Amino acid sequence: MSLENRIAEIIVSRLNVKPEEVTDSANLKDDLGADSLDMVDLMMDLEDTFNLKISDEEGNNLQTVGSVVVFLKTKGIEA
Amino acid sequence: MSDKRVVITGLGVFSPIGNSTSEAWENAVAGKSGVVRLSRIDPEQFTSQVVGEVKDFNPAEILDPKSARRNDRYTQLAMAAARQAWDDSGLSGETIDPQRVGVIIGSGVGGMETFETQHSTAMDRGPRRISSMFVPMMISNMAAGQVAIDINAKGPNFATVTACASSSHAIACSVDAIRLGRAEVMVTGGSEAPLTMMSIGGFCSMKALCTTFNDEPAKASRPFDKDRSGFVIAEGACIIVLEELEHAKARGVNIVAEVAGIGMSCDAHHITAPSPGGEGCARAMVMAIKDAGMKPGDVDYVNAHGTSTLLNDINETAAIRAALGDQADNVMVSSTKAMHGHMLGATGGMEIMLTALALKNGIVPPTATHENPGEGCDLDYVPGVARKVDIQCALSNSLGFGGHNVCIALRKYKGDS
Repeated sequence: MSLENRIAEIIVSRLNVKPEEVTDSANLKDDLGADSLDMVDLMMDLEDTFNLKISDEEGNNLQTVGSVVVFLKTKGIEA
Repeated sequence: MSDKRVVITGLGVFSPIGNSTSEAWENAVAGKSGVVRLSRIDPEQFTSQVVGEVKDFNPAEILDPKSARRNDRYTQLAMAAARQAWDDSGLSGETIDPQRVGVIIGSGVGGMETFETQHSTAMDRGPRRISSMFVPMMISNMAAGQVAIDINAKGPNFATVTACASSSHAIACSVDAIRLGRAEVMVTGGSEAPLTMMSIGGFCSMKALCTTFNDEPAKASRPFDKDRSGFVIAEGACIIVLEELEHAKARGVNIVAEVAGIGMSCDAHHITAPSPGGEGCARAMVMAIKDAGMKPGDVDYVNAHGTSTLLNDINETAAIRAALGDQADNVMVSSTKAMHGHMLGATGGMEIMLTALALKNGIVPPTATHENPGEGCDLDYVPGVARKVDIQCALSNSLGFGGHNVCIALRKYKGDS
C-alpha cells in the first residue's frame, strides 16, 4: 500500500470521514472536521503506525493531508 | 412555595426490557425478564454471571459513527434515550427558547469502560498513550453535556452522582428548577453502563450481586422473595422530559403524569447498609407525600427500590410501613427490577417512567419473580402478574450507597383538575 493510502486509511478511521474526502489539499480541521482532541489522537495514530515521534511543534504544522504526506517523507518514511 | 406544577411530556429509554417506551412498558406489564447470561465480557470470571443487557444497540447507527467513537457507552445510551424523549415531547428550537431548557442527567460512575480501557493502555504503553478523549469520555457529567449539544439545550445543566439514587436526584433537582422558574423544560433521568470487569467485579467483592441463579437468569432478580441473594447488575438509560404544566397545556401536548412531590434525605448511618428500620427512606417518603399535598392514605402504589438484596428489601418494607402507617396494608408495592434488573444510576429514571405509565394506563406492573415472601417482607408485592387498577397517587423510591434516599410522588393527570 502506498504511503498516501496508509495515511488516508488512518484519517478515515480517526475522523469518521469518507475516503473520497481525504484529498491532498483537504484541511484536517476545516474540511475533515477534526478538533484539537482529534488532532492529538491522530498524531498518536501516526506515531504508532510509522514508529516515530512527532513533536507538538511538528504536529501543529500538519494542517492538510498533503502536509502529513510530505512530513512523513522528510522523516524517511516511504510506505 | 412555588405554585408551579410539573408534568411529564416526553419519555425515552434503552433498557434490558426494551429500546422504546412502548416496548419497555409492555414487557414490564407482561412481567417479561430482560435478565440474561452476561455476554459483553467473559461471565466465568465472576461469581455473579447474570445481568441486564441492552440488546440491539448499535451506537454508530442510532447516533452516528463519530458520536459513537467519541462517547463512552453510558453517554451513547443517554443520547439515544434523550433523542427519543425529545421527539416524544414534540419540543424543538422553534417551540421553546433553548435557554429555557435545562438538562440534568445522573450516573453512578460515568465512563467506567473508558477508564478501564485507557488504564490498560497506560499500564502497557505509558501515560503518553492515553487518548485525548479519555477525560471527556470518562467524566460522569458528559451525558448531560452531550445531550445539551444534541438538542441545543442552553439552560441549567449538570449531573447528579449518588450511586443508585443518581437519576432520582436528577429528576428531583429538575422539578426544583422548574418550580423555581429556572427553566420551563428539563430533560432529565439517568444512564449507566456498568457491564465491565471493574464494576461487576467490584460489586461481586461486596457480595451485593445475585450468585444463586446463574443458570436461571430470568429468576435471578427476586425482590422481597425468600430466595433472593443479591441484585442483578444492569445497564441502560431512561430520559424524561419534565415541563411546567401551563407551558405544556398551552402546547396542547400529551401529558403522561404529574410529578407532584419530592423527598430527599440521608441515613447518616453507614456507607452501604441502610439505617435500621429504613428510617432514612421513610423520612424521604413522608417528605414527598407532604410536598405533593397527599396523605399517606392517598397512596395507591409504591414502586419500590426493591433491589433483591437481603438488607434493602427488609428495611424498605419497614420504611413503607413507617411512612404509610395503616395504608401499608392496602398499598400495592412492586419492584420492576424483577424484570429490568438494577440499572444503578439509571434505575430511578426507569422506575419513575414505569410509575408514570402505571398511573396513565391504570395498570400496576408486577414483581414478576416474587414467589414466597422473605422474612420481614409482609406487604402486597403484586407477585407474578400485573393488576388493572385505576390508581391516582404513587411513589417511587430510590436509595443509594452513601445513605442517599429519594422519593418521588406522582399523580395521575386528569386534565383541568
